[in-house]
Amino acid sequence: MLKDITLGQFFPGNTLVHRLDPRTKLACVALYIVALFTAKSFLAYGVIAVVLLLSIRTSRVGWKALTRGLKPILIILVFTAAMNLFFNEGTPIADVWLLRRITWEGLERAVMMVLRIVMLIMGTFLVTYTTSPIRLTDGLEALLNPLKKLHLPVHELAMMMSIALRFIPTLIEETDKIMSAQKARGADFESGGIFQRARALVPILVPLFISAFRRADELATAMECRCYHGGEGRTKLHVLRYEKRDYAVMAGFALLVVAMIVMRRLGL
Amino acid sequence: MEPIIRVNNLTHTYSVGTPFERSAVDGLCMDVLPGEFLGIIGHTGSGKSTLIQHLNGLLKPTAGQILLDGRDIWENPKEIRKVRFQVGLVFQYPEYQLFEETVYKDIAFGPGNMGLSREEIDRRVRQAAAFVGLSEDMLEKSPFELSGGQKRRVAIAGVIAMEPKVLILDEPTAGLDPAGREKILSQLRAYHREKGTTILLVSHSMEEIAQNADRIVVLKGGKCLMSGTPREVFARAEELEEVGLDIPQVTKVALALRRRGLDIDGAVYTVEELKNALLRLKGGASHA
Repeated sequence: MLKDITLGQFFPGNTLVHRLDPRTKLACVALYIVALFTAKSFLAYGVIAVVLLLSIRTSRVGWKALTRGLKPILIILVFTAAMNLFFNEGTPIADVWLLRRITWEGLERAVMMVLRIVMLIMGTFLVTYTTSPIRLTDGLEALLNPLKKLHLPVHELAMMMSIALRFIPTLIEETDKIMSAQKARGADFESGGIFQRARALVPILVPLFISAFRRADELATAMECRCYHGGEGRTKLHVLRYEKRDYAVMAGFALLVVAMIVMRRLGL
Repeated sequence: MEPIIRVNNLTHTYSVGTPFERSAVDGLCMDVLPGEFLGIIGHTGSGKSTLIQHLNGLLKPTAGQILLDGRDIWENPKEIRKVRFQVGLVFQYPEYQLFEETVYKDIAFGPGNMGLSREEIDRRVRQAAAFVGLSEDMLEKSPFELSGGQKRRVAIAGVIAMEPKVLILDEPTAGLDPAGREKILSQLRAYHREKGTTILLVSHSMEEIAQNADRIVVLKGGKCLMSGTPREVFARAEELEEVGLDIPQVTKVALALRRRGLDIDGAVYTVEELKNALLRLKGGASHA
């Protein structure tokens, strides 16, 4: 069940989407989100969907992997849809029982909200799926660099983020292992009331915390052994450089935002 | 003899539908006989760990079945916990699963989950602790104060205390010094002798398997490559070396002697056997 957690997962590949500069991808995802929230009509959503589908196609990330990312937010989706269906003023769909409360306007909004969330999640997942955590934090560090002037510890934040991302799969694996070991001793995580279930987690949490602290200690020692002393004067193995394709893709996404604004103005 | 566990055409595929999809076990068949000490050996990635997690129902087969006493363990998925009490599994580096305040409580976790009476749990905890050589005064200590080898023995006791019919151990000696290794192995042998429990020992050390197992199963690429008595398996030394498995050093010496013209059995696998073979040869030579 823990295998369903897809956060921070990366599917290696060598497509255009994979090769893009991480800064480009982060900028594009920001533009994409702006576009998504500017869109007001189904036509506008359609345009964004085409862009998303094209990106997914070129990245060769499987549909299954993308839809699996949606599983954890299924409840939010259903909740959003239901709220919008029932609590919007307008013309009722029909004059019988529950349908009286559902309006055409509500239906439209519900579909749009669900579309918006699904496309939001898919777009952001596409970036994490196609960018290795190291490149992602490299990109973030570079983008945040100007904030150093405000004495924001950008390098430290990026380092913390890359360590956290790096250890998510490790910790998931570790949790899985400990769960299996306790299950082998007859631990039962699936039945009982809420208190019983909470108590059943103790045999997992204690070993997990102990191993997390042990790992943190080991990592700190290993970093110190290699004379790590923060970001001052540190150079990169892979220097980020914008290529022609980066400018092209970024221009494309900027165009998308402009198109959305124009469509909104024109009431399309 | 009826097998206690029968593995029937077992296949397990990880990460179905992602680029990481791969079969760890692929159409594997094998039998475990009651009361035997079975060694399972294979290179890293041969599917050993995946296989044993199927035997007590931690993993569900993608295809194929696991029969325990002739019945499919997944026949009734709600009863899978009962299977886990009958087939005890000690994971690799089991000391990382310890969590209780005292050694006693930790060993009592398994029997406690079985819903046994307090007296029965107490008897089992003390007996299991004795089997793995933990003294009474250690039972009240925190498991986190113990040394690595002691922790591991506490973890093994935690599974033994469930008194399973089949005890599976995944590399129980990994990361221990030679003395610690021998201690755990000799305790296992004693446990097997006294209790008559079926034991499956997973390892990639041929020496360890050769000295303990009655029968060996060699895995390769998720399939059963060969199985038989240590003698039968080590007689196929070249094949073993081809798949990257080592043969016991004693067998290597015997093979080398044989190549130099000594009339010696190439499948000996313990020091004792080689000694006897050499003595026989010497005796024969002096008679001639």
